[in-house]
Amino acid sequence: MTEHFPALLVILPLLAAVLIPFSPAAVKRSAWHISFASAAASLALAARLAWEAFALGKVSYWFGGWAPPWGIEYSIDPLGALLLLLTAFVTCAALSYSRAAAPAELAAERLPYFYSCMLLFTSGLTGIIITGDIFNLYVFIEIASLAGYALIAAGRRREALVASYNYLILGTIAATFILLGIGYLYMAAGTLNMADLRERLPQVYHTKTVLTGFAFLVVGLSIKTALFPLHIWLPDAYTHAPSPVSALLAATGTKVGIYAMIRVIFTVFKPEFNPSTVPMTVILAGLACAGIIYGALVALAQTNIKRLLAYSSVSQIGYIILGAAISNQTAMTGSLLHIINHALMKASLFMCAGIILMSTGAEKTGDLKGLGRRMPLTMAAFTAAACSLAGLPLTAGFISKWHLALGAVEAGLWLVVPVILAGSLLTAVYFWKIIEPAYFSPAGERRPVRPEAPAGMLAPAVLLAALGVALGLAAHFPALGAGRAAALLLGNP
Amino acid sequence: MTEIITFKPLFAVLASLAAGIMVSLSGGRPALREAWTFAGAAVKFAVIASMLPAVMTGAQLLTPGLTLFPGMELRFRVDALGLIFAGMASFLWILTSVYSVGYVRKLGEEKQTRFFACFALTLSAAAGLAFAANLFTAFIFYELITLATWPLVAHKETKEALSGGRIYLVYLLGTSVTFMLAAILISYNAAGTLDFRPGGIFGAMGPGHKVLLGAAFALFIAGTAKAAIMPFHSWLPAAMVAPTPVSALLHAVAVVKAGVFLILKVVLHVFGTDLLSELGFGPPLAWIAAFTILAASVMALRQDNLKLRLAYSTVSQLSYVVLGAALLSHSSIKGAIFHMAAHAFAKITLFFSAGAIYALERKTKVSELAGIGRRMPLTMTAFSICALSMIGTPPLAGFISKWYIGLGAVEAGQPVFLAVIGASALLNAAYFLPIIYQAFWGGGETAAVESPEKGPLAMLLVIPLLLTAGITLGLFFFPGLLLELAELAAKG
Repeated sequence: MTEHFPALLVILPLLAAVLIPFSPAAVKRSAWHISFASAAASLALAARLAWEAFALGKVSYWFGGWAPPWGIEYSIDPLGALLLLLTAFVTCAALSYSRAAAPAELAAERLPYFYSCMLLFTSGLTGIIITGDIFNLYVFIEIASLAGYALIAAGRRREALVASYNYLILGTIAATFILLGIGYLYMAAGTLNMADLRERLPQVYHTKTVLTGFAFLVVGLSIKTALFPLHIWLPDAYTHAPSPVSALLAATGTKVGIYAMIRVIFTVFKPEFNPSTVPMTVILAGLACAGIIYGALVALAQTNIKRLLAYSSVSQIGYIILGAAISNQTAMTGSLLHIINHALMKASLFMCAGIILMSTGAEKTGDLKGLGRRMPLTMAAFTAAACSLAGLPLTAGFISKWHLALGAVEAGLWLVVPVILAGSLLTAVYFWKIIEPAYFSPAGERRPVRPEAPAGMLAPAVLLAALGVALGLAAHFPALGAGRAAALLLGNP
Repeated sequence: MTEIITFKPLFAVLASLAAGIMVSLSGGRPALREAWTFAGAAVKFAVIASMLPAVMTGAQLLTPGLTLFPGMELRFRVDALGLIFAGMASFLWILTSVYSVGYVRKLGEEKQTRFFACFALTLSAAAGLAFAANLFTAFIFYELITLATWPLVAHKETKEALSGGRIYLVYLLGTSVTFMLAAILISYNAAGTLDFRPGGIFGAMGPGHKVLLGAAFALFIAGTAKAAIMPFHSWLPAAMVAPTPVSALLHAVAVVKAGVFLILKVVLHVFGTDLLSELGFGPPLAWIAAFTILAASVMALRQDNLKLRLAYSTVSQLSYVVLGAALLSHSSIKGAIFHMAAHAFAKITLFFSAGAIYALERKTKVSELAGIGRRMPLTMTAFSICALSMIGTPPLAGFISKWYIGLGAVEAGQPVFLAVIGASALLNAAYFLPIIYQAFWGGGETAAVESPEKGPLAMLLVIPLLLTAGITLGLFFFPGLLLELAELAAKG
C-alpha cells in the first residue's frame, strides 16, 4: 500500500473533485467535509512521503509498473517533498478557512462546485510537483490552471469575470508556449522523462531546437509564475477572487509555477547549460530585481488591501526567482526558504484581508483605523505576517533574505545586494500604511459587525502567521531542509 | 581572559520584558502597573550591578548561545563597555519611572499603559544590545529599540506625532536595514564570523582588502543613524514630539547611546583600532564628527523651543563620543566611553527640567523662561549645573570626558581637534548661558509668586532631576569606578 502513496496523493483529491458535482444533493451538502477529509488525508500522505524523500534522497514510483523512460514516472526528491508538504498544508488551512468564508462570498448552490474546483486545483499542483515526466507536467499545469480560472471567476463582483478572462487568455498563451517547448525538446532528444532528458540533452545542447524549446518553456512558465513583466494577470486575479482563493492561489499557485521553472532549468537541463547567445542568468536576475522594486513601488501606491497584497506578491516572487537565477548553494537555499515563507505569510495576509472585509466591509487601507483594538487577533496575525515578509530579524523572512543576500555577495553580485535590502525596506513601508492606522489612529466609522471573526477563519490565519515567527526562531530546521534540497538540485554533494 | 558561563545577562534582559508584559496586563490599575515598572527596574539594576565585581576583575560573563542557523547565534557576553551602557540605562530607568509617574499624572496623558509597557520593552532591548555577543544579536536588539520606541514617539497620535514617528522610523529602520545589514553581510562574508572580538574579526585579512573593508566601515557608520551623525540626524529633533520622559531617557540615553555604543563596538570589536589606524579610516570619521559637533551647536543656537535646543545639543554631544572613537587612541576612547555616561546624566537632567517646566508652568520656549529660576529654583539649579557640565567646566563630569578626548587628540598626533573641542565649548556656552541668565536674573522684578515646586506630584518631578544633577557633580570628584571600567573597555 505505502508504495502507491505517490499516486494516491494525486488521485485522492481528483476523485473527490469529480465525485462532488455528480453526487446527490444530500452528499453535496457535506461537500466541505469531503473536501477537507481529502485534503487532510493528502497532508498525511505528503508528510509520510516527505519523510521518506528526505531519508532516502528520492522516492520513485512507476505508473502501472512501467519502467521509465517508457512509462510515466513519479519522483519525489527533497525539493518536491518540501513543496508537497507546503501545498498540502496550505490547502488544509485554506479549506478550513473556507468553511466560514466561502458562504459569505458565494451563493449556497455554488459551494459544492467551488470546493470541487479547489480540490481539482490542488490535485493539479500536486501532480506538477510529483511528476517526473515533462508532458505529464503540462497536463497537470492545465488541470491546475483551468481550476484556477473557475475559482477566480467565483468572486462576488463582475470584475472577477474580467480578471478570470484575462488570466485565461494569458494562461492559455503560457500553456501553448510550454507545450511547444516540450515538443521541441522531444524532437531533439526523443524522450519525455525528465531524468532521461537530463541525460540525453547535453549531446544536443548546441542545437537551435533545444535553445528554442528552452526559451518557450521559460517564457511560458514565467507567465505562470507572474515574473515581472509577465505579471499583468496577477493583480486583478488576486484582487477579485474570493479571499480563500486568493490565499490558496498566492500561496501555492505561483510557487508551484516557480517549482516547475526550477525543475526545467536545473533538472531537465543541467546547470552547465548556458546558451552563449542568450545570457539566461543575467536576464532572469535582472527581471527579478526589476520585479522586486516595481512590485514594491506599485504596492506602495495601492489603496485596496487585496491589490496591495497582490503587488507585494509580484515583488516577493522576484526574490524567489532571483535566488534561483544566482543559483549558488546559499542563494538557492534562500530562494527555497522564501518560497515557504512567502507561501505561509501571503496566505495568512489574504485570510486576514478576507476576515476584515467580512467583519467590517473595509477594503481600503484607509478604512482600517483603530482596527488593532477591535480585532486584535486578526491585526496581530496580519502584523506578524507582514513583519516576516519584510524580513524582520527573528522571523522566517529574515532567514530567507539573509541567505539570498549572502548568496549574492558570494557570487560577487554587488549590485543585487542593495536591491534585496531596498526591497525589504519598501515592503516594510507599504505594510506600514496598513499597520499604522490600525494601531495608531482613533477608530473610524466602520464598526465591525462582531468583534472578531469566527474561530474557523481566524485559526488558520493566526496559525500561519505564527508559523512565520516559529520558523524564524527555529530556523535550523527549514534552513537545513532547504539547504539539502538546494544541494541535491545543484548537484553539490 | 576568564570566561564565566552565566544566565545573568539574559535575566537582565528578561526582567524588563517581564515587567513590560505585566504592565500591559494590568492596564487600568495605575498603582499595580507602576509597581511592576518599579519592580522590573529594581530587579534589572540589581542583576546588572551584581555582574560588576566579576567584570572589574577583567572576566567576561557569557551566556550559552542559541544558534538559529549556522552563523547566526543569539548570545550575550558582558564586558566593561556593555556594563557601562546597560548599568547607566537601567539606573536611569528607575529615576525616569519616578519622574514619568509624576509627569503623566500631572498632565493626564492618555494610554499610560502602552506608554509604560513600551518603556519597559525599550529597556529590555537596550540591555540586549549592551550585552550582545555578536553583530547578529546586536542588530536584532538595535532594531527592537527602534520598534519599541516608535509608539512612544507617536504617543500623542496627533498628526504631528504620527509624522514625527514616521520620520523616526524611516531614518532609523531605513539606514539600519539598507546600510548596516549590508555591512553585516559583507563582514560575515569576509570574516566568516559575526562575533565581537577584542582586536576585531578581520585579523587575517589585513590591509589588502582596503576597498572592501572601507565599504563595510562606511556602511556601519551610515547604518548607525541612532548616533545622529550628520546627515543622519534629523530624526532626533523630529522625535521631540514625544512626551518629555521619553525624550529624557530614550533620546538622551537609551536610543542615542545605543548608536554611539554600537559605533564603539564596531571600532573596538569588529575592526579593532590597530586595523583601523593601519587603514587610515580614523581621520575621515573624525572630521565628520567634528563637523557634526560644530554644525549641530550652531543649529542649537537658533532654536527657541527648549526641547529642540536640547535635541540639537544632543546631536552635537553624541559626536564627541564618535570623535573620541575615531581618534583611535587609548585616551580618546576612554574619554568617549566616559562621555557616554557623563552626557547621559547631564542631558537627562536637562530634559527632566524642560519637562518639569512644561508640566508645572506650561512653558516650552526659551524666550518664555525669564525669571523662572526664581519660581522654580531647584529645577533651574539642577539645569544650570548640567548645562555647565555640557560646556565642560570643572568641577563637573563633562570636563573629564573632554579632557581625555583632548588628550587623545594629542596622543593621536592630531591636535587640530583640540580647536574643535574649544570652539564647541564656546558655542555650548552661547546657547546655554543665556537661558541660565534669563532664568535667574531676567524678566525684571516680579512679586514673589508661590513656587510650583510643591506637592507630591511636583516632588516626583523634582527629586529625580536633583539626583541626576548631583551625580553629574559627583562624577567629577569620584570618577574612579567609571574611569576604571572605561580603561578596561578601551583596552578591548
